[in-house]
Amino acid sequence: MVDLLTLKDLTVRFPGLTAVSGLNLTVERGRTTALVGESGSGKSMTALSLMRLLPRSARVSGDIRLDGRIISSLDDRAFRRLLGRELAMIFQEPMTSLNPVMTIGRQIEEALNVHERLSRRAARARAEELLQLVHIPDARAWLDGYPHTMSGGMRQRVMIAIAVACRPKLLIADEPTTALDVTIQAQILALLRELREELDMGLLLVTHDLDVVGQWADHVVVMYAGHKLEEGPPAALFERPLHPYTRGLMASSPTAGTSYRQARLPEIPGGIASALGQAGCPFAPRCPDVLPVCRTAVPPWRTPALGHHVSCHLLNEEERRDAVALG
Amino acid sequence: MARSLAASSGPLDTASGQAANAMPPADRWRSLRLFAANPSAWFGMIFLLAVFAGAALAPVIYPGDPLSMVGRPLLWPGENPAFPLGTDGLGRDVAAELLHGARQSLFVGIIGTALGAVVGVVVGAAAGTFGGWVDTILVRILEVFQTLPNFVLLVVLVAIAGPQLWSITLALGIVTWPPLARITRAEFRAQRNKEFVLAAVGLGYGKTRIIFREILPNALPAIVVTASIMLAMAILMESALSFMGLGDPNTVSWGSMIGDGRQFLRTNWNLTAIPGVAIALTVLAFNLIGDALNDALNPRYVRRG
Repeated sequence: MVDLLTLKDLTVRFPGLTAVSGLNLTVERGRTTALVGESGSGKSMTALSLMRLLPRSARVSGDIRLDGRIISSLDDRAFRRLLGRELAMIFQEPMTSLNPVMTIGRQIEEALNVHERLSRRAARARAEELLQLVHIPDARAWLDGYPHTMSGGMRQRVMIAIAVACRPKLLIADEPTTALDVTIQAQILALLRELREELDMGLLLVTHDLDVVGQWADHVVVMYAGHKLEEGPPAALFERPLHPYTRGLMASSPTAGTSYRQARLPEIPGGIASALGQAGCPFAPRCPDVLPVCRTAVPPWRTPALGHHVSCHLLNEEERRDAVALG
Repeated sequence: MARSLAASSGPLDTASGQAANAMPPADRWRSLRLFAANPSAWFGMIFLLAVFAGAALAPVIYPGDPLSMVGRPLLWPGENPAFPLGTDGLGRDVAAELLHGARQSLFVGIIGTALGAVVGVVVGAAAGTFGGWVDTILVRILEVFQTLPNFVLLVVLVAIAGPQLWSITLALGIVTWPPLARITRAEFRAQRNKEFVLAAVGLGYGKTRIIFREILPNALPAIVVTASIMLAMAILMESALSFMGLGDPNTVSWGSMIGDGRQFLRTNWNLTAIPGVAIALTVLAFNLIGDALNDALNPRYVRRG
């Protein structure tokens, strides 16, 4: 296992607000790391900061290392050369992410031409191959089609084709299936996995959908209010969620076979805004099991199982109780 | 990766299912076809081509100065076969004047609007893309021009520089650029925060590439339509200048023909009507072409009926 992307102490600040604080994260080559959390947890901000697509008012600090090379200190010119070739991103809204007045083929050719000098004919041939790669039937005919004639799923496929056109090492997918319906969602995620394996990319999947995470991710990072709270392989994490926030997320995720006419879908009381200015654990104001210490001290990181890390005072407390019981 | 992109795609097709089975619209020449299917575009094109041809061939058909007196004054069209459109108050050939006048009107109108369009689009694109203090300064300059009444500004500029071909053209450019800059700025502001622009930035496209290849084509319909209106306006303004006697006195133009014919309006109305109709039809032709271009360049446009 080689770490493809390593974030060390990534912090994103806006005037009067810290969107991401001290995030450490790794994405391995050929594997999928999922960033999970509710709206406002800083997961999209993390993705955008990697691409340097944040508004000008944002201040980003920390080390970003891609493929052994620190990219956070590159100047904008040098960084731009990496975009598309080393890292690329897929956005949430396939309906508006394509240029409406340019044909599908031209848009893929554009992406190819940024980094490689290709003849018109060669670029068109590559564009057709890429459309075939993302399973668009009749690829040649679609080259001359405009985005508005495509369905959302097809447009997302085109976006993926454009993103992988220059074979990036890292692909960031920011809620790639949120705007699509469930059957298309599975197809797109399968396509992403297939391309990840084929092109040996690392995939950073930003999502709020726990079902997606459980099925498609190799590693999960749970974020809340800009902080990482828990991380681990999805099997371990979902079998034995240790952080009360992860448990809350899982409880509030609808599952098949449950009728919500009789019982209300559980929710985590309170709002994420309560984390603003909170000392100690950011989740303390909403935590059902909050301890006095949570409001004063930042919980230390613990590793209760191999590869499973969590930052929560409850663990300490449980261990102390166990120790007392044992005498 | 060892395998080529093409080789690896085939057998995997079933793995993730086929994409939706919408019909691909294979049509590389869609814009051209739409334009050609529009009857008003045809009228505009044919009329303008005729005007251009007449203007280009004027020295061949009517060699010599169109302002020289060649016959009896105030002949009606058809009275003398040598002068198919008759003669004016000084005995000049109206047909010769009309063809030579087309040169002046079209040249001044087209070059003046082109100047205005280039300046307007560059200023508008810069203001709309960069925003901030660049935008503030450019918009303040724009406002200075927009508070001055167009025609008064034109008259003053021509009066200062002297009525010559180049000064009239330049003055028309100065008058036409502010509306184009405004439209371009508004379009760029609307487009620059769209997701496809963000996606383009995320692919490492440079600024110029994003401005000219991503945003400008989206802003083009509005710019083309405005430009065609400005072109019609430029021709009208040149005519108005000439009518007022502020045109180049050594060349004939449609506006000066109307101005000269004014005194015979009650008896020989044909002297004002002929160049008047020429101006009206030319302006109409430009507007029709602008309209048809707007439809043809819009990928969502579907012809009804």
